[in-house]
Amino acid sequence: MSVTFLQVAMGVLIFGSLLCLDRIGRGPTAPDRTVAIDILGTLMVGFCCVMTLWPQTTDSPTAGVYRDYYMTVAIAWTLTSFVGTLALAKYLEGRCYDA
Amino acid sequence: MSVKSDRFGRAAACFVAILALWMLLFWRFHWSVILTGVFFAAIITATIGSRFPAGIAKVLNPLRWFYAAIYLPYFLYYCIRANLDVAVRVIHPDVPIRPGIVKVRTNLTGELAKAFLANSITLTPGTLTIDIDGQDLYVHWINIHTDDQEKRCAEIVGRFEPLLRRIFE
Amino acid sequence: MLETIACWLFGIGLAFDVLGCIGLVRLPDVYNRAQASTKCVTLGTAMLLVATALFGVGGNWAMFVKAIICALFLLLTSPVGAHAICRGAYISGVPLAREVSVEDAFVDRARTIRAEHRKQAADIQEAEREKT
Repeated sequence: MSVTFLQVAMGVLIFGSLLCLDRIGRGPTAPDRTVAIDILGTLMVGFCCVMTLWPQTTDSPTAGVYRDYYMTVAIAWTLTSFVGTLALAKYLEGRCYDA
Repeated sequence: MSVKSDRFGRAAACFVAILALWMLLFWRFHWSVILTGVFFAAIITATIGSRFPAGIAKVLNPLRWFYAAIYLPYFLYYCIRANLDVAVRVIHPDVPIRPGIVKVRTNLTGELAKAFLANSITLTPGTLTIDIDGQDLYVHWINIHTDDQEKRCAEIVGRFEPLLRRIFE
Repeated sequence: MLETIACWLFGIGLAFDVLGCIGLVRLPDVYNRAQASTKCVTLGTAMLLVATALFGVGGNWAMFVKAIICALFLLLTSPVGAHAICRGAYISGVPLAREVSVEDAFVDRARTIRAEHRKQAADIQEAEREKT
């Protein structure tokens, strides 16, 4: 995949993140912000995909190899962001954590 | 099935699932990798093994796998249609929505089946499950176009119910 | 061939992602926002992951497996998160957007749940008072 395409993809994802940040800043209620935070977390997985395919410089010893360690980051990010969302939702519900 | 063997089945299923996930993520066969995997799978099974869904022996039935293989493309088709539908609503200058929360009934009884039904409803056209109370589902619908309860149930739940019953029950 | 499919999947996934984010900004209330953004962004990101997986076919099977597992986790967890947030939002008292909404069948059930939570909290307080 060409570098230009990946740069455009990065730009599109950054635009989406800015829209999310707009909602986080402007959202009239707390749940609005929570939804935006959840979506921002999912977009981060998209960033991980772009970074996986980003080509390395030709003189590096691992040139031509995908950076697949970013996929590990993506899995960990998905699961932690899920736990965070559930904690925020429980807080919104006004419920005790130990019941 | 007795309580004791049920608990053992849950723990064994949890152990095998976690070990399989570990091996898939490591993608390398070496005795040290397998030993570490067994160690961590044992710790996790001791902690949450009793909460693993019961009746996991159903996984071994090939007929269920066959229906699951049918369900996946069926679900993906509705998922992509849902996304196009919502995308059109979002970029349309008037934002044509008629939202509201409706109550529908399902005939499914299994916990796992109901969980998958709720997930499928959330990912398909304009509907989002808000709560499950026994057999009642409370669904937020982005475009309510009918007042008839029967039609609503058929449209929201009826698409997935028969296949999910064959997979999980 | 496989790379062409992967590139198209990547492009379509990006389009869905950005449409979901636009929905997050344009739609009127929490529930509609959660609908649009959850559906579009989940499917879009899952498509990006599948495209990444297709690049790993042949040479890099570890990357393929990781990307597919990540996509499965995403498809399983994201709707649950949206459901939890919406339930929390309704019970914390955020109403549906009054100008456009036509029906609300959740009022009674939400009242029961709130009463239950209040009772639970009172019980816990009572127990703590007895302890001290």
